[in-house]
Amino acid sequence: MLELKNVSFAVDTDSGNLEIIDDVSFTVRDDSFTVITGPNGGGKSTIAKLIMGIEKPTSGKIIYNGEDITDLSITERAKKGIGYAFQQPPRFKGLTVRRLLSLAAGSTLPEDECCSYLTGVGLCSKDYLNREMDVSLSGGEAKRIEIATLMARNLGLAIFDEPEAGIDLWSFSMLVKSFKTMSSDKHNSVIVISHQERIMSLADEMIVIADGKLKNQGTKEEILPTLMGEFTQECDFRGRDNK
Amino acid sequence: MEKLDSLLLQEIAGMHDIPMGAYNIRKNGEGLSRRSTANIEIRPKTDNPGIDIIVAPGTVNESVHIPVIITETGIDDLVYNDFYIGDGADVLIVAGCGIHNSGDKKSQHDGIHTFHIGKNASVKYVEKHYGEGDGLGERILNPVTVVEQGEGSVCEMEMVQIKGVDSTKRDTKASLAAGARLIVTERLLTHGKQEAYSNIEVQLNGDDSSAQIVSRTVAKDNSKQVFYYNAVGNDKCRAHVQCDSIIMDKATVSSIPGITANSADAQIIHEAAIGRINNDQLTKLMTFGLTEEEAEEVIISGFLK
Repeated sequence: MLELKNVSFAVDTDSGNLEIIDDVSFTVRDDSFTVITGPNGGGKSTIAKLIMGIEKPTSGKIIYNGEDITDLSITERAKKGIGYAFQQPPRFKGLTVRRLLSLAAGSTLPEDECCSYLTGVGLCSKDYLNREMDVSLSGGEAKRIEIATLMARNLGLAIFDEPEAGIDLWSFSMLVKSFKTMSSDKHNSVIVISHQERIMSLADEMIVIADGKLKNQGTKEEILPTLMGEFTQECDFRGRDNK
Repeated sequence: MEKLDSLLLQEIAGMHDIPMGAYNIRKNGEGLSRRSTANIEIRPKTDNPGIDIIVAPGTVNESVHIPVIITETGIDDLVYNDFYIGDGADVLIVAGCGIHNSGDKKSQHDGIHTFHIGKNASVKYVEKHYGEGDGLGERILNPVTVVEQGEGSVCEMEMVQIKGVDSTKRDTKASLAAGARLIVTERLLTHGKQEAYSNIEVQLNGDDSSAQIVSRTVAKDNSKQVFYYNAVGNDKCRAHVQCDSIIMDKATVSSIPGITANSADAQIIHEAAIGRINNDQLTKLMTFGLTEEEAEEVIISGFLK
């Protein structure tokens, strides 16, 4: 179980202190599929980074399975079973997709296992296994490989930051089908940051973040109807690429 | 073979034992052992230290190993090796130099290699430089490589220096006849106070000749690297020079592009980039449970692979 208790995150700017996350508290249950949504620039990705340890809160506590992890490093959190798929995955010259998947898994993966993860995200594994995770890959390809690196791990908590960004709609609808099954098989709880209605429809729980604050939390049946009116300007549920 | 010898040979030439095919092993400035084959003759020079390697025309799928090892301190070894690759031959040449210097005097090996590559011949040349030993004596390697490529020939050169060489000045000059193709891959890691200079000049003289030069380097600590690559197009030709360096700590990297076209049909591109390891790359690998140091190691070894 993951708990955020009164978490705030501010940065220093020329015009003073800028509050990115303002006193946010919520709980993510075990065995749940939680979707965090809300307008662009509202602080969703920052929350994911705070959970992973990439950013440290200015105040508040993050509790994971009863343990205060607020001051733990990224590496320590990863070892405790937290994983994070980047919205914009970094590229590596010389690092093959196969090596990346093995690094994610923590051991050298047999070829057939690598292939199954790549197939799971809609990539023809033979074409990609020995390709480098460099700028020669398109945004959509890199994004799918990024998702596959999380599938290669058995995590207590997997966080996906806008998995739909950069993936064309046609491929995405295929990806969605296997997304929840794969995630739920491999990981205890899953948090997905998304604007996509298809992803939201998979949710057990939904959290709405806007202007750095928690606006709403509940089941998808409770939350989805409220969103349609509230964020039509910012969110396009017809599936526009929100990058 | 002594244990130290075989360790150095393994490091530079991947040799676990006496290699198959033709070979010449040089140790501390003298020939240690040599073997010619029916198609590849290795004979010592009479005017200078060094050897002539003569590959008969049409020789295919054969290899030549010519490693050099230095295990004593204070050795200054200058050697001239000339390769005559017959028309239509296809061979692998594995060179390289390993220096173990436990003393306080410098040990140096300067290999002057000249390749005369015949028409439609194909050569793959692999050269690894390696240094070790805990003495104060410097380990210095200053190779000079001259390549003359005949019509339609292919020469692929892989030059690697990953560890332990204090100072290196590398000079490579190539001239290409019509339809010849040259591929040079240079990989280099410097650390401590090491210095590495590499000059490559490629003259594309013939119609439809092409060259690709790729360098990937990492400079750590207070080390210094300077690259000067010049591709000169004298006829209808294509050349692509790509230099990519990771800079760390207080190192210095200078990458000086030089491209010259003496023909309106020459297409020459130079790309160069120097930068530190991207923070996102480190973070990504740390989210897999790697420490920052482990992540850095993975990034560097992938980059230099």
